[in-house]
Order: sequence, then C-alpha cells, then structure tokens
Amino acid sequence: MQTANLLIVLLALSAVAYYMARGRSVALAQPLGGIRNLHSLPFFYGMRAAIWCALPSTVLLVLWLLFDEHIISTLLINSLPEGQQPASAAEYNLLLNSIENIASGALRAETAKPVLVAAAESLKQLQQTGRYLVTAVVLSLAVIGMGWGWVKVSPKLRARQQVERVFRGILLACACVAIFTTIGILLSVIFESLRFFQTVPATEFLFGTEWSPQMAIRSDQVGSSGSFGAIPLFVGTLLISFIAMLVAVPVGLMSAVYLAEYASPRVRGLAKPALEVLAGIPTVVYGFFAALTVAPFLRQAGEDVGLEVSSESALAAGLVMGVMIIPFISSLADDVINAVPQSLRDGSLGLGATRSETIKKVIFPAALPGIVSGVLLAVSRAIGETMIVVMAAGLAAKLTANPLDTVTTVTVQIVTLLVGDQEFDSPKTLAAFALGLMLFVVTLALNFVALRVVKKYREQYD
Amino acid sequence: MTDLKNGSVKQTNLNQSRSDIIERSLAKRYRAEKRFRCYGIMAIAFGLMCVALLFTDIISKGYKAFAQTYIQLEVTYDANLLGIADLNDPQQVVLGDFQGIVKQALKNRFEEVSGRKAKRELYGVISNGAGYRLRDRLVANHQLLNQSETLWLVADDDIDAYYKSIGSDAGPFVGRMSEQRQGWIEQLTEAGEVELRFNHNFFTQGDSREPELAGIRGAAMGSLFTLIITILLSFPIGVAAAVYLEEFAPRNRWTDLIEVNINNLAAVPSIIFGLLGLAIFINFFHVPRSVPLVGGLVLTLMTLPTIIISSRAAIKAVPPSIREAAIGVGASPMQVVLHHVLPLAMPGMMTGAIIGMAQALGETAPLLMIGMVAFIVDVPGGFTDPSTVLPVQIFLWADSPERAFMEKTSAAIMVLLAFLIVMNTLAVILRKKMERRW
Repeated sequence: MQTANLLIVLLALSAVAYYMARGRSVALAQPLGGIRNLHSLPFFYGMRAAIWCALPSTVLLVLWLLFDEHIISTLLINSLPEGQQPASAAEYNLLLNSIENIASGALRAETAKPVLVAAAESLKQLQQTGRYLVTAVVLSLAVIGMGWGWVKVSPKLRARQQVERVFRGILLACACVAIFTTIGILLSVIFESLRFFQTVPATEFLFGTEWSPQMAIRSDQVGSSGSFGAIPLFVGTLLISFIAMLVAVPVGLMSAVYLAEYASPRVRGLAKPALEVLAGIPTVVYGFFAALTVAPFLRQAGEDVGLEVSSESALAAGLVMGVMIIPFISSLADDVINAVPQSLRDGSLGLGATRSETIKKVIFPAALPGIVSGVLLAVSRAIGETMIVVMAAGLAAKLTANPLDTVTTVTVQIVTLLVGDQEFDSPKTLAAFALGLMLFVVTLALNFVALRVVKKYREQYD
Repeated sequence: MTDLKNGSVKQTNLNQSRSDIIERSLAKRYRAEKRFRCYGIMAIAFGLMCVALLFTDIISKGYKAFAQTYIQLEVTYDANLLGIADLNDPQQVVLGDFQGIVKQALKNRFEEVSGRKAKRELYGVISNGAGYRLRDRLVANHQLLNQSETLWLVADDDIDAYYKSIGSDAGPFVGRMSEQRQGWIEQLTEAGEVELRFNHNFFTQGDSREPELAGIRGAAMGSLFTLIITILLSFPIGVAAAVYLEEFAPRNRWTDLIEVNINNLAAVPSIIFGLLGLAIFINFFHVPRSVPLVGGLVLTLMTLPTIIISSRAAIKAVPPSIREAAIGVGASPMQVVLHHVLPLAMPGMMTGAIIGMAQALGETAPLLMIGMVAFIVDVPGGFTDPSTVLPVQIFLWADSPERAFMEKTSAAIMVLLAFLIVMNTLAVILRKKMERRW
C-alpha cells in the first residue's frame, strides 16, 4: 500500500480505537453510577487506545521508510553470485544504480548482463515483498494496539496519567529536534571535512594562500593539481564584511539613536516599519540589485574618475550587504537603548547636559555591551550571507585588500563547489564541507562571544 | 573699603567671564547637538532612500514584463504542410510541423521577402513556441484543419524588447535586430497588426530558454509545495517545543542545552542548513534531489528556531493567573495547556509562523545545495516532482545573458515581494487585532 494511504488508514483506525475505548469506559461506568466513578474522563480512555493503536505502528513505519533502501540493497548485493560481488564502495553504488535502472526500465534489459537482469527481477520482488510485509505488520500492530487499548479499559485504569506521559514525551521529542539538528550539522560537516583533511593537510587548508580547486581528470593534465589554501577566501570574506559593517554600523546605530531619543511617536511609527522593510527583502533580490544596478553604477563612476573598478567588485557586494544589515543593527540597538532606564537620562539632562551629550556620555556607555553584541551578531550575519556575494562578487580567489578589485568568499565557493554534479570522493566537493565547518565554527564563536559580552558587562539597573 | 570694592569688582569680572565662557561653550554645544541630530536624520534618510531606490529600480526594470508583444497573422492549418492526415492519431499530431504553418503565414504576409537569409530573419519574428499554441487549438477543435483563422501570436523576445522601447527617451533598443526586421515591424505597426497585450504566459507557463515563453508558474507551484511541507512540519513541532520549554521543562542541564541549541541555530547561516540537507537527507536517507519534499525539510529546520522563539514569547504573555485558575478547578497540566494556554497564545504563534514562512519563501541559498536549481520546464504537480522555487528562479534568470530575462527577473521579484508584503501585512494585522492586554 502507498505510504500516504497507509497513514490515512492508520488515522481512521485510531479514530475507531478512540470511539470504541471511550464507549467501553462509559458503558463500564454505567452500572457504577456514571462516569464520575471512573479514574479518568472517558476522553482519556479513548486517547489511550488511540495512542496504543497509532504510536507503535507509526514508529515502525517511519523506521522502515528510513532504512528500507539500505536493507533491500544489502540483501540484493548479498544475493549476487560470488564473482559479481562489488569490490569497492564506488563499484557498489554503480552496480546498484544499474540494477535499479534496469528494474525501472530506464536501461533496456536486452543489452544488460543476464546476472544484472536477474538481480533487477529480484529487486522488484524484494520491493514488492517489502511493501506487503510492512503494510501487514503495521496494520496488525495497529489492530493489536487497538484491542489492547480496548481490553485494558477499567474504572481503575490510570488512563489520564498514561496519556499525559505520552503527551509530554512527544513535546520533549519536538524540543529535542533542535539538538538533533545541531548534531546533524556537526556530523555532516565534520565527517566530510575529515575525509577532506586526509587528502589535503589541515595546515595547508588553513594557511595556504593559493585557491584553485580544479582537480585533474587525467594525471598528465596541466595546471590542475588543485590547491586548497583558503586564506584568499577568508580575506575576501572579511573584506566584504568589513565594507558592509562600514555602511551598516554608523547608519544603523544613528537611526536607532534618532528613533529612540529624538523622533516623535508619529515619525517613529512611520520610519521604523519602513526601515524594517529592508529586513524582509529576500537576499536574492539584494543580489540582483547589487549585480545589475550597483556594480555597473560603480564601474561607470570609477571610469569617470579614472579608477579601474572590476565589474564584480567587493565594494558593490559589501555596500549592498551593508544596506541589508542596517535594520538588523538598528532594531537590536533600538532595543538596548530603550532598555536604558529613564532615570539615567533624566539625571543627565537635569545636570544641564544637552541631549546629544546625554546620549554620548550616558546612554552609549550604558548600552555598549548590547551594542557590541549586536554588531558581533551582524558580523556573523555578514560572513554567512550567501546570495548577495554569489550574484555580485566574483569567483577569482585573489589575495587583495583593494575593495575595487574582485574577491571571492567562503560562501561563494561552497555554492560553486556544490551546485551541479558532484562526486563524493573528490577533494573538490569535500572542500565545500571543510569551508562549511569553518563557517559554522566562526559564526558559533561570534555568537558565543556576543552572548558572553552581554552577560558579563551588562549593568544591572533596577 | 577699597579692598572690598575691588574684590566685588573682581567678582563681577569673574562672573562675567565665566558666563561668557558658558555662553560661548553653549553655542558650541548647541551646534554639536544640532550636528548630532542631523546625523540621525541623515542615517534614517539614507535607509529610507535605499528602500525607495530598491523598489523604484526593480519596478522600473520589471513593469514592462507584464505586457508582451503580439503579432497578428492569418494562419492556415494546411493538412499537407502539417503532415497530418488523421487528427486522432496522436503520433501525427506530435510530429506535425506547426512551426511550418507559422512560417507559411509569415511568407504570405510579407510576400516580397526572398532569399534564404532574409527568410530566416523573417521566420525569427514569431516566437518558437507559437507552434504549440496552434497545435493546442487544432487539437481542441478538429474542424480547423484546412481552415484559416486570424490569430495574435507571441513575438520573439528581440522584437518584444524593440517594440516596447519605441518612443522611450533613449530611443528604440535595437540590439540584435537587423534593419530589415525593424522595417517589418514598422509595416506591421502601421497596419495595426502589432500590439502589447497582457502577458498570460508569465503566469501560466513554466521556465523556458525562450524569454518570451518563460513563466513563473512552475517556480510558484514549487514554492507552494515546499511551503506546505514546511508549515506542516515546523508549526506543530515548533509549538510543541515551545510548550515543553515554557510549561513542562524542569530547570536542568538538558533544558539549558536545548535552549542554547535553539538560540545558536537561529544564528547559523542558512547555507549550512543546505549542507545538512545534502549530507543527511540526500546522501544518507536517499530522499530524491530537487524535490519540494527535501526543500521543505531543510526549510523546516531553518525556520524552527524562529517559530519556537516567537511561540515561547506568545506563551509567556499568557498570565499565570489563567493557569492557576485552571489548576484550581481541577484541570490536569495537559488540560491547562490544551484548553487555556494554547488558545490564548495562538494569535502570537500564528504571527510567528507567518513571519517564519515569509523567511522560508525568500530563502535561496540552502535550496541551491539540495539541487532545486535545475532548469525545469514542467509545472510540478506534487511533493516529489522535481521543481524549483521563486527565489531560485530569480537567481537563475538573473544569470541568463538574454536582455529580456532581466525584465522577467524584475517581474518575478515583484511577484515575490508582493507575496512577502501580503504575508507580513497579515502578520501585522493579526498581531494588532489579537493583541490582548492582560
């Protein structure tokens, strides 16, 4: 049966289980003098049966869906005759692929080896059996659970506690998705990175100044030995982030100050959402703007004053990225400035300071930890930003600090290395995961420092 | 006596000079104040200018894509030319030379054109996709075989760009257009046989290599399917996680770990989630590449922190007195949450969910990693059909060399922004309406 149909049947079965167990509990309560003699409300008896019906069978179904391919392909390969067993992992995948293609009819059976055709037949058979088997097992589990839930109904049964325990368990499992995600990220980047560092030493990756990830297809090919020194990428990333911060920090901070300290409620009510529009615009739109409007404009302007501006300059990407980050900084700074108690302002103004002096001498120092942490978060944003640089920055890994030149960044390289066809044993693909690991570690560290700054240096008023 | 007098004079002098100093410094301080204030205004003006610039730039580049140049021609469904004897034979219909009858129609309209090169120029005036339209018409109405009808056919993208730019300040955009073609268009214009019409193709077609035939429907459906998966997974999981953390979690290390994880995930760059999707979902669990299912899974993980954080805020906003009252009349913890806390927190959670969905709708980078960046012509019809999404379509078109695609890109951006504006407005309205002061 199709998975979707199976799920619908399960749902229907658990609804039946609910009504049957609920009805039974009411019926049992009747001679005792009504449902107040039950331990729990009839609802909980019903839910308990529904959970018994649905939960074990769904868990089994999900496990099967996750691992069916592994199980079937292992069975299949093991059933091949002695001489046909694959020697390496690559060969294994190749073999499996061709068998699957024959089975689905993409590869014509007449042209293939008879062993493979036979294997394709048995693959189809296995899949068929698997489907029948899982349907049968899942449905019988559901029915058994339903019966169990029905049989166990009795006025003494502590149904509510049991149902609530399951409910809490489900909530806990959902909360743990965050942990699993982090583990998943770590596993996926660390494993591939370790494989990468087996071919390319970590020191070369971290301190090398040459980046050209082309691998030779033939050993005698010229100039494509592949070198993986990531320093130019780090420098490019930092350069673009630095330009972005040059735009975003002053503009974001000053607009936050103005909105928090000077603006009338009306102006604030209009200008704040208008600025926040910038935060809602997808990055791909900024990328388009940077590549097709800002970059040509800068190039033209550079030509007019006699400067050589690359058409994929770091400046264009950085400027637009800065505009993107303005609302991020301004809303964070706005929050921390508003958190400074009014009494400090009143005290300073009462001593005769002007507003700007109050801001510079009293509010800024008080809000500084929050502002620093906001800027650090913004830096981590800029480093991880992808679409703007993919569209507006170049691919050439140059080691330069000239903002008019073209540079490339970590995220651009991840995208170029991983978009399109990949083979998972070439250092070229694995390099992307090593870069991903760097990116993850750096943004995590920035986050951590940002949180520490706030915790450690925050003044406690009230 | 004199001493005293002297002293008081000194005092006044001193007073005077002090107030002088203060007077002078005051002017300076007020100037500084004014300057500071000015910086603030400038910063805000810069931000607003960027918003205005962005929107005017995109609208001015893209508004023309909503119209399309059509050319009127009289086509004859000549059975011989088409090579179709029996319309009920699908093989014959598929192989029918419909582009041939378009060429014939063009030849009839411009009888004076001769020579191979000139004819090839002429045939290029009408889009390559016009034949499909004729085929659909013929299949729908078999009577048309060997009949003639006058139709408006989609012009080629070069013609489109040229015709739209006639009368603009910079003069017509010639590009690759030959003099000859310009002459033909002039003739057709005089005869009233060229006109701009609403661009249906843009909303009803999938992607295409021909700019005049490319549409966003494929990408929009892909986005829809991806978002359905995302909301179905991330909203329940996010709400459940928030309920656990706010209502049930004991204060221990495990809970702290979960909280730290959620906060960190909120700051992880989106491209990392793409790497996760590639390594775990595609390479380990063998979910097919390029499908909305895997895109939805990745975006679920990405939006989850947003939804959890806003749901927690919404739950926190429900006053403890509600819970205490419920417990007081005998509700169990689960009943407190399901019957009282959740319904009251729901508007806030919905707002968070809508904002999370808007974020997911605009996200591009992780989807590039999991292969949703392919050139896909067919409009996807389900969760496991290969597809792309709106922002990725924008990315793909922005990379295309044809000038006409720039117009399309801007138009697609306008559609995307329209969706985002609607979603965000909805969130704001929901928040305003449902906001409750306790």
